[in-house]
Amino acid sequence: MAVVYEKTKGLTDVELHYCPGCNHGIIQKLVAEVLEEMGMLDTAIAVCPVGCSVFAYKYFSVDTLQAAHGRAPAVATGIKRCRPTQPVFTYQGDGDLASIGTGEIVHAAMRGEKFTTIFINNAIYGMTGGQMAPTTLIGQKTTTSQGGRTAEQAGMPIRMAEMLATLDGCVYAERVCVADIPNINKAKRAIKKAFEKQMNNEGFTFIEVLSTCPTNWGMTPIQAVQWMKDNMIPYYPLGVIKEKAMEV
Amino acid sequence: MTAKVTFNTDRCKGCELCTTVCPKHIVVIDTTVINRKGYHPATVSDISQCIACASCAKICPDSIITVEKF
Repeated sequence: MAVVYEKTKGLTDVELHYCPGCNHGIIQKLVAEVLEEMGMLDTAIAVCPVGCSVFAYKYFSVDTLQAAHGRAPAVATGIKRCRPTQPVFTYQGDGDLASIGTGEIVHAAMRGEKFTTIFINNAIYGMTGGQMAPTTLIGQKTTTSQGGRTAEQAGMPIRMAEMLATLDGCVYAERVCVADIPNINKAKRAIKKAFEKQMNNEGFTFIEVLSTCPTNWGMTPIQAVQWMKDNMIPYYPLGVIKEKAMEV
Repeated sequence: MTAKVTFNTDRCKGCELCTTVCPKHIVVIDTTVINRKGYHPATVSDISQCIACASCAKICPDSIITVEKF
């Protein structure tokens, strides 16, 4: 008998607190699998955000630190500079990274800090009850945009991967999703590539993962995946946004 | 080929994502059972058709599925 697939050792045995169908579980699993495959479970250091994934420190079986809201890139900067040979990553949602922590992520990318950021974009604030996020789509209804977001009042949604890709310190930016098996495989490859570039000391690496929030979108998990495909992917196109060749 | 798919049923949240990716459409929600969390858990309706592709296990957010083949 051969085991084809089992839970990765990169995750602890703690039960996830996420809602049914939440993509956080899939994305954390991919990160954990990559760390296990690259033999980095003993050395990796994760910095967790504030938001739904605040408890990620209980789920990754690596050393973790819980940063103040939005400040994970600043904390990761300190860790990576003290431990330059160890893999360091932040795991942040859109409220954490694209709103309160915009300054930290932009400056970490600008400085070319050699850690990896996994950015979960589900176009809404999940933990606090479904408020409008900077990434909320035009027309999307949330508890603070009950008639749907309008560009006149709130501007256009922010595309973080494209924005950070303009900075020289950012060597790799890719947007992926985990809607189905082909996309899950692509997302895992992207995460692995980001860690490889980090370990090559190339610079700041950024993976944006489109995610769902069935609870706050008011949908079933299956409807939410379809809504993400139909509405988010056209505005947040998938693929490599930037890949800087390593200088020889 | 004989395959074995094990669900950690107590931890299933019945999100049904696994049912959407099975190429053989044999992963289903068992509405005759309610687990400790209060959800109808996922199960396999006809294991003889399973090709052990592990798609269900890969998409499971709670990592409750183990796939083996003989």
